[in-house]
Amino acid sequence: MTPALLHRLILAVADDVIAHADELTELDQAVGDGDHGINMKRGFEAVRADAGATAEKPLPDALKAIGTQLVMKVGGASGPLYGTLFMALGKEIAPDASNLSAAFASAVEAVKSRGKSQPGQKTMLDVLAPVQMALGEGGTDLSVRLPIVAASAADATIPMLATRGRASFLGERSIGHMDPGARSSALIVASVCRALEG
Amino acid sequence: MANVGIVIVSHSPKIAEGAADMVRQMVGDSVKLAYTGGDPGGGLGTGVASIREAIDRAWSEAGVAILVDLGGAETNSEMAVEMLDDERRGRVVVCNAPIVEGAVMAATEASGGSPLETVRRTAEELSPQ
Repeated sequence: MTPALLHRLILAVADDVIAHADELTELDQAVGDGDHGINMKRGFEAVRADAGATAEKPLPDALKAIGTQLVMKVGGASGPLYGTLFMALGKEIAPDASNLSAAFASAVEAVKSRGKSQPGQKTMLDVLAPVQMALGEGGTDLSVRLPIVAASAADATIPMLATRGRASFLGERSIGHMDPGARSSALIVASVCRALEG
Repeated sequence: MANVGIVIVSHSPKIAEGAADMVRQMVGDSVKLAYTGGDPGGGLGTGVASIREAIDRAWSEAGVAILVDLGGAETNSEMAVEMLDDERRGRVVVCNAPIVEGAVMAATEASGGSPLETVRRTAEELSPQ
C-alpha cells in the first residue's frame, strides 16, 4: 500500500465519520447517552489532522497510531472499542495487507473481548462479524459486496433487543432503533471500500 | 506495606468529586485517593488519558482499586489498566460495584491495611447478585 493510497483511505474514513456525526448522535439519543456522534467526530478530527504523517508509516504502524488516537480522543465506550479494533488490526496485519482477512478476524475477536460482548447484543459487532465472514469467503467484488453486507447488518440491529452497552438499560424499548455503533461501523466499512475503488 | 489506593471514575466530574469527598470523610488521609470525570472535550464521559493520570496520583505499592459508574467508564478504565507497564498492570483492579457505596467500602477496607483482593471483594459484595 502506497502512502498516497493510505492517505486517501484515512481521509475518506475521517471525512465520512465527521460528516455523519449528527446522524450518529441522533441514533444514540434514541438508545444511549447521545454522545456517539460528537465523540467519533472528535476522534476522527484528530486522526484527520495527523493523516499526512500517519500515511508515511508502514500499514501496521499507521493502524496502531490511528487506534491510539481513537482511544485517547474519543471518550465514551466507543474510544476503547474502535481503538482496540484498529490497534489489534495493526498488530496482526502484514505490511502488504496480504493477510487482511485473518488480521480482521483477530481484531474483531479483540473487540469482543474488550467489550465482553458477542454478536446478537445490538452492538458494532453485529456489523463487524458479518463483514468478517464475507471477507473470509473472499471473492473478486469484495469492495462492492462488503458495504452492502455492512449496511444490511446495521439495518438488522433495528429489531434487536440490546443486552450490552447503555442501550441495554432500555430493555424492550431498545427495539425499533438502529444501534449507533453498528451504523458507524457500516459507515467506516463503506468509506474504506469506496476509497479503494478509487 | 502501604494501603491500597482508590480511584473514582465517573462520567460526571461532580459525581466523581462528590464521591471522593464522601470517601475522605470516612477515611481521612489514610488511603491515597484520586478521581476523574468528564470526557476529553469537557462534556460528560470518561477518557483513558485522565484515568491513567488518576491511577498515577493514587498509586500505591499495595495496588489500586478503581470504582466506575456506567459502561464507558469501565471500558476506558480497563483500557487504561492494560496500557500500564507490566510491573503495575497486575496490581490494579476495576471493581464491579456501585460507585459511591463501593468507593466508601473499598476505602474503609483499604484503610485497615487489607490487600487488594480483599478491598475488591468488600466493594463487590455490594453488587446485586
